[in-house]
Amino acid sequence: MSQQQSVLYDAPGPRARRVTLIVSVLSAVAAVIAGYFLVYRPLAEREQFTMEKWGPLIDPGNEVFGQVWTLLGEGVTATLTAAGLAIVLSLLFGTALAVLRIQLKALLRRRFTGLATSFALALRALSWLLNLVTRFCVEVFRGLPVVITIFFVARGLPDLGLEIVLPFGHEMLPYLVLGLTIYNGVVIAEILRSGMEGLPSGQRESAAAIGLTSFQTTRMILLPQAFRIMLPALISQLIVVLKDTSLGFIIGYQETLLVGRTIIQNLRNPIQVYLVIGVLFIAVNYALSKLAESVQRRLAQGRRTSTAAQPPTPPPASTLAGQQTGAGTGGSATSGTATSDTA
Amino acid sequence: MRISRMAAVAASAALAVSMAACGDSGGDGSGSENPDVATPSFEAGTTMAELSEAGTMTVGTKFDQPGFGKQGLDGEPAGFDVEIAKLIAAELGIAADDIEYVEARSAVREELLEQDRVDIVVATYTINDARKERIDFAGPYYVAGQHIMVRADDDSITGPESFEAGDKKVCSAQGSTPAENIKEYLADDGEQLVLFDIYEKCVDALRGGQVDAVTTDNVILLGFIADNEGEFKLAGEQFTDEPYGIGVKKGDDAFRDFINDTLEKIYEDGSYAAAWESTAGEFDDNTPTGPAVDRY
Amino acid sequence: MRVLVEYFDVFVGGFWLTLQLCVLSATGALLIGTFVAILRISPVPPLRWLGGAYVTVLRNVPLTVVMFFSAFGLPALGSNADFLRIPGLSTVFSRLGIDLPYFRFAIIALSVYTGAFVCEAIRSGINAVPPGQAEAARAIGLTFTQNLRYVVLPQAWKAAIVPLGSVIIAMIKNSALAGFFGVVGDLSNSAQNLTSALGEPIIPVFVGISIGFLIMTVPLGLLLDRVEARRAVAR
Repeated sequence: MSQQQSVLYDAPGPRARRVTLIVSVLSAVAAVIAGYFLVYRPLAEREQFTMEKWGPLIDPGNEVFGQVWTLLGEGVTATLTAAGLAIVLSLLFGTALAVLRIQLKALLRRRFTGLATSFALALRALSWLLNLVTRFCVEVFRGLPVVITIFFVARGLPDLGLEIVLPFGHEMLPYLVLGLTIYNGVVIAEILRSGMEGLPSGQRESAAAIGLTSFQTTRMILLPQAFRIMLPALISQLIVVLKDTSLGFIIGYQETLLVGRTIIQNLRNPIQVYLVIGVLFIAVNYALSKLAESVQRRLAQGRRTSTAAQPPTPPPASTLAGQQTGAGTGGSATSGTATSDTA
Repeated sequence: MRISRMAAVAASAALAVSMAACGDSGGDGSGSENPDVATPSFEAGTTMAELSEAGTMTVGTKFDQPGFGKQGLDGEPAGFDVEIAKLIAAELGIAADDIEYVEARSAVREELLEQDRVDIVVATYTINDARKERIDFAGPYYVAGQHIMVRADDDSITGPESFEAGDKKVCSAQGSTPAENIKEYLADDGEQLVLFDIYEKCVDALRGGQVDAVTTDNVILLGFIADNEGEFKLAGEQFTDEPYGIGVKKGDDAFRDFINDTLEKIYEDGSYAAAWESTAGEFDDNTPTGPAVDRY
Repeated sequence: MRVLVEYFDVFVGGFWLTLQLCVLSATGALLIGTFVAILRISPVPPLRWLGGAYVTVLRNVPLTVVMFFSAFGLPALGSNADFLRIPGLSTVFSRLGIDLPYFRFAIIALSVYTGAFVCEAIRSGINAVPPGQAEAARAIGLTFTQNLRYVVLPQAWKAAIVPLGSVIIAMIKNSALAGFFGVVGDLSNSAQNLTSALGEPIIPVFVGISIGFLIMTVPLGLLLDRVEARRAVAR
């Protein structure tokens, strides 16, 4: 970023520095004035800054402060529980699905020549069908909004008689986690699959040459590398999962936003409550992304000594289509490798 | 090996989370029976006997409707529906503290009963034939009606017909029957109807002028009118009849008879009136006389 | 599947409304995103900081909270988003010109939220342009704005098109949330009404709603795959 910046314009001389300073001051002043007139004054006129509205949230002496923050604490715990479960399960599910799809694709290439012709034909048709079915399921669940998936999982499964009960947590937790797992699992599967397919084919060929089966190749060689390479995209998916747990309010799961609703109904201070909730979310997500970046840096350092292999081609962008934040970090990561390739 | 390490980490994380959460969820539940509440005896095998022996029952109620079932900051719902549930529980020998509450949002009330997730549903539950195909009703215990709330200085709306002109906007709750009912009077849904997940947001919109009316059952509206002294008022007459019933599992006739008996009893001995006055009565002076229960 | 036939007009109406919402929000997001991207690469530090703060906040906050602030914060600030009632557009996008502001609020919320991701996509596109290009532009004496306009942005645009496409697809899916914040008649709102208030069976409604969304997202996804494949070959 700063490299590009200094490239776009010369190092500032005295005149440029002066102009920059003037523009900086002017824009800062303009921002403050705009903020005052557009935001502060209308809110103050509608008495949004009274302690009556803010007290329960920021004043420990307020009588309902304890209750409000206990409720918020419970809500945040519920959010983190759902997010944790969803992340773990979607990683497992996504990995399994990616491996399954790779295996099915490998199966497609087989000719079954050792068996009777009709039987071989049937097997080939079956493997083609399985490929189609998995492709269809993946495309459907990637193309649907998470909201819709969660809503229909929560409404539809009990109707069909499939009831999932966990020994802990709110009764809607399993459905929220299931909905999130389906969606994010599918997205993660696509990320991993394109990562594995982007690896140089020489790896697969040498694995076959030393006698590894397709599954062993995937398990021991392709998957670990895919994980390491796709780590940025995977990590941004964590943040997506955390933000998507807020959709639990649609099915009645008592997470942070729904708890906020209870507080609002009793205290009638919607803007203040949502502001505090927004700050909470920003804090947690920011910490998570900083943690993710440091993990990524550590892993990158660890690898610097090892390989001379070319970085693989970036994954197709449609795999990143499923992510809200993925387009950001995923995009810059892939363009980063592209630049280093051509530079 | 990266995979098995990740799998191990994942498994232990899931285990840790479940153990941690298990720890604090086991606390409540079948508390000791309050010695002050008489433990009546029931015919063996009936729902009443089961609940009475267990010493606890699960009640589905609303968490967002003032006066009937609204979750307070302590996490427990309070209101007229909750009081009725407590009275029924008392007849079973269950103390008020031993009742567990589950949010019975409008859409899932039948499912909650069909899947035994709750024992009864007392949640502004309108009796109608379509629902009777899936579950059974005891009661009715209150007759409400759909009504319209407007700003106190607005006289232009006199009833649901006022929306037919197409220039008045109305707000209601998502997925609720009042929302469907009012659609029949609107000239254009897209231009006149706003739906939110809770009534509080509708009230905000009414106050801010984004909509001209809020429509739902009259008691809920009265709750909001009381909370916002002088800002709002009811317009016109109630234009539907919504008899509220207590939902029980289909076919459980013994339990239904028991609840109907209990209702008739509390109409007589004044606890029904007391329940009303301590909750919805705070903003609606007309203490209702209990409507005749329908033993079908 | 009687439900699909009986409520066909509801599904089609929902699809059309969601489509309108997506088209308008995509335009808004592209405009806002480009503006913020320029802020972030500008030489003026407060503007850079402003752009950075905008992106950080919006990437870490759930869309639900942004929608909430748009639907309730804006009225509290006294605004009914009337500036969006552009006369020409209101004829095509019927919901834009009506008194009820919630459609416009939903557009604002989606545009502002997606704009942050558009900004990041554009910046990744700019970073993909080889630095030699910008250096050469400077060497022949182009100013900052000329540099951007004639050299960097045209090339960045090509590199950014694929991340931008995936951001737009994500936005189409996020538009489902508008149905929970006052917009009546779009796909997710219809789903709720049909299953909750009218009690229709779940599976047919699910199929109908899914088809509505998939018609928008799957072709775009396939198109994006094609574009990516062509660019990989060209490179």
